[in-house]
Amino acid sequence: MQRNFNKPLVVKIEKIIEETPTVRTLVFSDEVFANVLPGQFAMVWIPGVNELPMSVMISLEKGKGALTVRKHGVASTSLYNFKVGDYIGMRGPYGNSFTIKQGKLLLVGGGTGLVPLMRLLTFLKKTDEVIVLIGAKTKEEVFFEKLANQLLEHNKHEIIVVTEDGTYGKSGLVTDEMENLLSEKKFDAVYTCGPEKMMHKVVQLAHAKKFHVQASLERMMKCGMGICGSCCADEVLVCRDGTVFDGDYLLSNKEFGYTHRNKAGILENY
Amino acid sequence: MKPDISTKVGQIELERPTMLASGILGISLEVFARLYKDGAGALVTKSLSKEPWDGYPNPTIVGVKSGYLNAVGLSNPGAPYFAKMIESNTTVPIIVSLVGSLEEDFVFMIKQFENVKILGYELNLSCPHVEKVGLDVGDDPDLVKKIVKSVKSHSKVPVIAKVGLGSSDYLETVSAACESGIDGITAINTIRAMGIDVETTRPLLSNKIGGLSGSAIKPIAVRCVYEISSKFDIPIIGCGGVSDWEDAVEFILAGASAVQIGSAIGEKWTGIFSEINNGISKYMEKKGISKINEMIGIAKKF
Repeated sequence: MQRNFNKPLVVKIEKIIEETPTVRTLVFSDEVFANVLPGQFAMVWIPGVNELPMSVMISLEKGKGALTVRKHGVASTSLYNFKVGDYIGMRGPYGNSFTIKQGKLLLVGGGTGLVPLMRLLTFLKKTDEVIVLIGAKTKEEVFFEKLANQLLEHNKHEIIVVTEDGTYGKSGLVTDEMENLLSEKKFDAVYTCGPEKMMHKVVQLAHAKKFHVQASLERMMKCGMGICGSCCADEVLVCRDGTVFDGDYLLSNKEFGYTHRNKAGILENY
Repeated sequence: MKPDISTKVGQIELERPTMLASGILGISLEVFARLYKDGAGALVTKSLSKEPWDGYPNPTIVGVKSGYLNAVGLSNPGAPYFAKMIESNTTVPIIVSLVGSLEEDFVFMIKQFENVKILGYELNLSCPHVEKVGLDVGDDPDLVKKIVKSVKSHSKVPVIAKVGLGSSDYLETVSAACESGIDGITAINTIRAMGIDVETTRPLLSNKIGGLSGSAIKPIAVRCVYEISSKFDIPIIGCGGVSDWEDAVEFILAGASAVQIGSAIGEKWTGIFSEINNGISKYMEKKGISKINEMIGIAKKF
């Protein structure tokens, strides 16, 4: 029987990786979700609780996908507390993906926004030279540094961690470090995912240097497939036209970096 | 000569016969403008209530064989906010969908749009998954009469009623609306339905029961349009499972003056409007039909 991608595929959590005291990665088996494109997402059903749009994390094991979740609201905390053997539902994959360029690449991520960027690393060529900027509030919230090094072991690369309180790596904002980098280096492409204010700054900085830049956006979502309209940002629907957009376009979008809609569809400021 | 695909739903004139159905993609003026550019003849908003509603928790929409189940719960920013959001509109043909329980609710909402450019209102008398509104109103012909009369006396633009299949005879709802001066009928809404996941043994939707849309309901919707058109002298908009030009033509032959498109946008995205418009135009050319109204309801002659 043909698989209905719009109906949740129920999978069992097989393994849980502790990333930080507030972030876990839940691993499950499914060939489709193991091989999604960087930027694509799933609507993740947390039975009895809610359903959330989440970027699909890679697993180093073949045929497996994963979800990296930070405990934050009711739904994400509930998912965070799931145990091995518990069931979750996966709808999708939905959305487009980053356009994979070659050469000197810069990736800028914050928090669980690193998830599509880790997947992007698995699509790169060995000849690419890669810098990954990881932003976090404090030392204990830094994750995926080791994984990024591992994924890039055959590439010329550098992983730069920036913490806001300076407890690990460089001190300050990840976008300040990006500004330093851009003053001396040229890039063939810049990719970003994370808090929207951060992405807005990343896109502005890269655009000013005329570098190809793309960002993967997040919005409130209900259907995930371009029907309900909840995730509209100006005239685009993030679930269907995105989640990845070119920086050139984003800077002409009235909402990018400034507003998003709540559950009722009312605009709120970032 | 190229056929003319413009159409009229009572006093409402449309450049093209394909409309965006209520509940679909309808919360921003920018998205409406895009869909109009992409070929939609009119855009029906999400159903608006007096106050903002968050709707139900997810899951609110899931796919099933040949359609979708949804219980979004009528999430919307409320009529006052929405009216302000679209007040700058000058070019986009918008029909405002309203949902409420009492005459006062509707009158309050109509006041918000007094100075906003809209084509008309569509009263949601048929949402199948929220208590005290939608079908709960549509199932009560006396309440329908009161609401339609009071809306008609306050509105400066045409008013359409969207009916669906509830627990009473939907033709009584149509009859009540027609008696009270309604300008048109949209038929039908989603049909009460549910799905259960066999692995977790849980209902798929957070609200458990929702509405079924998509290809699965199209033959039912065509039957309703045919019945209404046979029994009442009222303009009809066909809605339910339209996914290609043939579906649209079927509704028109059954008696619809225009069609609304919803679920199929999930498969074909925004290009669906011009795809269907072009298909209708080619069909008319082949059949030697020059205007839409020459084919409205012609299946009834058999």
